[in-house]
Amino acid sequence: MTPHLSSDAQRLLVRAGFSRRAFLKGSGALVVAFSSAGALDGLSQLFAQGFNGASSPQLDSWIAIGRDGTVTAYTGKCDFGQGLYTAQIQLVAEEVGVPFNRVRLIQCDTSITPDQGTTSGQQSHPANFNHSNLALAGATAREALIKMAATRLGAPASDLVARDGRVEVKATPSRNVAYGDLVGGQRFNLQLDQAAKRKHPSEWTVLGTPVPRVDMREMVTGQFEFVHNVKVPGMLHGRVVRPPEVGSTVGSVDESSIRELPGIVKVVVKGNFVGVVAQKPWQAMQGAEKLKVNWTRGIPLSPQGDLYSELRKQPSRDTLLVDSGDVDAKLKAASTVLRATYNHPYQMHASMGSSCAVADVQGDKATIWSATQSAYPTRNTSAMLLGIKQENIRVIYVRGAGCYGINGADTVSYDAALLSQAVGKPVRVQLSRKDEMAWENYGNAFAVDQRVALDANGNIAVWDYEGWSAARGGRPGYNTPGNVVTGFLAGSNPGALAPRTPAPAPDGPLNNNFNTAPSYIAGRVRDSANGAGVIRSERVLSHRVLSPFFTGPLRAPERLQNTFAHECFMDEVAAYAKADPVEYRLKHLNHARLSAAIRAAAKAANWEQRPSPRPIRAQIGKAIGRGIACVCYEGDNGFVAMIADVIVDRDTGRIEVTRLTVAQDCGPISNPDGMRNQIEGGALQGMSRALGEEVTWDDRKITSVDWRTYHSLTLGMPLPAMNIVLLNQTDVEACGSGETSITVVAPAIGNAVFDATGVRLRQVPFTPERVRAAIRNNSE
Amino acid sequence: MGQRRMYSSGMAILTLKVNGRSQQVDVDPATPLLFVLSDDLDLRGPKFGCGLGQCGACTVIVNGQAVRSCITPVSTVGANEITTLEGLGTAEKPHPLQQAFIDEQAAQCGFCLSGVLLTTKTFLDRNPRATDAQIQQALSGVLCRCFGNVRMFKAIRRYAGGRTA
Repeated sequence: MTPHLSSDAQRLLVRAGFSRRAFLKGSGALVVAFSSAGALDGLSQLFAQGFNGASSPQLDSWIAIGRDGTVTAYTGKCDFGQGLYTAQIQLVAEEVGVPFNRVRLIQCDTSITPDQGTTSGQQSHPANFNHSNLALAGATAREALIKMAATRLGAPASDLVARDGRVEVKATPSRNVAYGDLVGGQRFNLQLDQAAKRKHPSEWTVLGTPVPRVDMREMVTGQFEFVHNVKVPGMLHGRVVRPPEVGSTVGSVDESSIRELPGIVKVVVKGNFVGVVAQKPWQAMQGAEKLKVNWTRGIPLSPQGDLYSELRKQPSRDTLLVDSGDVDAKLKAASTVLRATYNHPYQMHASMGSSCAVADVQGDKATIWSATQSAYPTRNTSAMLLGIKQENIRVIYVRGAGCYGINGADTVSYDAALLSQAVGKPVRVQLSRKDEMAWENYGNAFAVDQRVALDANGNIAVWDYEGWSAARGGRPGYNTPGNVVTGFLAGSNPGALAPRTPAPAPDGPLNNNFNTAPSYIAGRVRDSANGAGVIRSERVLSHRVLSPFFTGPLRAPERLQNTFAHECFMDEVAAYAKADPVEYRLKHLNHARLSAAIRAAAKAANWEQRPSPRPIRAQIGKAIGRGIACVCYEGDNGFVAMIADVIVDRDTGRIEVTRLTVAQDCGPISNPDGMRNQIEGGALQGMSRALGEEVTWDDRKITSVDWRTYHSLTLGMPLPAMNIVLLNQTDVEACGSGETSITVVAPAIGNAVFDATGVRLRQVPFTPERVRAAIRNNSE
Repeated sequence: MGQRRMYSSGMAILTLKVNGRSQQVDVDPATPLLFVLSDDLDLRGPKFGCGLGQCGACTVIVNGQAVRSCITPVSTVGANEITTLEGLGTAEKPHPLQQAFIDEQAAQCGFCLSGVLLTTKTFLDRNPRATDAQIQQALSGVLCRCFGNVRMFKAIRRYAGGRTA
């Protein structure tokens, strides 16, 4: 047996205190506790760091070596199913110098793992994939072990090498000492050494290899413990009763309406938060369904059809990212100006499992088992809602269904905590499908206007971007529980939007974290030029307005919406200039890695150089086409190009994607199979979002509340052939691979549809009705 | 219907045959089978995804048929044999279909796997020579929001090929 934490072992670990302590002591590793909640009091008194805040400078907070040489590592970055757990074990094994199967990794438990905020976005970004902390801890530990071994073996450190859990003399490997004999069961008592030397990818033996997921076997055989499976003694079951309409408030609650039902323990009301606690899940469901609540009418919602015009009419907070100052004059003077508007709807995370959490609030102490991406922030914001000291709350991460951003995991953690506090017993809450879908934090809706002016050679001389997007709430962070629905219903407000017009001048250098700026502009602000392109007359102005719905990060948040607009528009301009879309992109780029990704994709797809649309096109029936899109994700966090091959049925409006070719550079690759898995899943999820997904509403409420009304593709979707090129770059920092492929799917498909039909799709999703209408309008 | 004894609170003692074992449960007979399996019998395979029979996460095999346990009242199952994902094979000795998924690393979050594997298993049991298109059709009501489709079909092909070879 490997010492990886099986889910059952994790369960032991996270359950009753004695089990946890016994488990950890069994490995001979010390534990540095970060809070005094729960059963670790004894240990935490011994080893408390008094640490409260971001990360930890103490090596012992990250790495402990047992007497048996087992390495226990503590991470505040968690696995949602993307494979980060396995990849982080690889990272620790590599840096410390032990075999993969001698590392135990403990993730996201506020009593014993460092505060690393939120795990989000592109997981291999240095900030997220622990390059600057867990990996540095591994390197610090390795160097410290070599130093200790030098004394022990009486040899200079430069003559020693650390590998396979031992330090040995290079010339005479038989002279060696095991890690466990150097420091096993003791603390390092060292600070993280910023100068500790990370291993170069050329030296990697564990990292960079396709290590299979350590959780795969348990998942596939139904053994894996999700947060949905957490059970604690005496646990009751809760359900929430959400308002029937957006903005409804509680008038009165008739508790007697469910008094006759079996198993009901309590009706809980706190402000506009309403929930029912019962003995059994089925009883709680029925109670929540039958409870009579008089709600006020909600706020009237603008018709869905007016969404994109409404976005432009609200008070907005305006931001200028780039402004060369000459855009209006140059557009006015130009002989050729092209313009287009692109619209992107609200979409949802729509996790496979409706969100679930278990909380045990006893007096002034609480434990919350949660699938949150943000263990410490959830601890702090739960403390605010419960009126308990944050030090007295322990949040234990247990995986939920794939989240793709802030799904209902945070809000249901609050639900469970509030219900548990009301009954003084542990309560498990799982949301209904409707509660999940009607109230989650949606991906923002966007409307984007762009204009370009062409010079005499048909090149782009001016690029003007103006975007409007709607937002409300978001991640709660450390102090804003009202950013998600439960916090709001229980009396906290979401973060405010402070209107600001006009936008202040850019204060640069350009940070293109949200891909608001297209890749083709120079991005000049004062003395800096952080853009990926060459266009020097440039303006990027965005307007943020208030949404009636909660919004928050959804896989490739904002980057996907912006990239859809940029990359389709770029294609329009190339077509106008009668230029090959690949060549035309390359001509306007000044970014070696993105250009290399484009060339690699074009080569792999056998890209035929010619302008779009294709010269001979079917006028009836099925038409075939190809399209390209690319992005420097977040400006500098992953570089991807995708080519889509499609067949468009002009009669039905159906788009069949027959092949997706993806070339991606995310620096040195931690786990190539994991990266492929992310690219494949991202590409298909991107297809689902491009072709069908859209949040819908009527005059008072959300109407996309299940899988019949929110249109995700299923296992029955026709699968495109996937042609993936991994560009492994070993002399740069690792960057992201989780959100890159999804970002370019809609524009690649939209551009392919144009290539096939000569018809431009400017609004997501590309439903058959919309495609048919576009084709019809074009031929009139 | 299996052995059943009603008493005043509307609860009943039912005997279910789950993964080869007979188990007694004391539940409201209208309770969906899913809650009995996951809450009363502590099984982790079947999961609550939607509660509407739309996604497949709650799938179990009853009498050779893939059944959505979230909308199946426990009282209707009777004495039929119920197989959950953990009953198909174990971590130590996975079913060949499970092994194919392990070999292909065909999952991301894993929440959908009961729907994917058990629907595939029952379909291929009845249609051992099904074409890819037929398998795809059979899985058209099964959801994977991580979109592991590419690997899942590789795994299914590997399994189906091994059976008919």
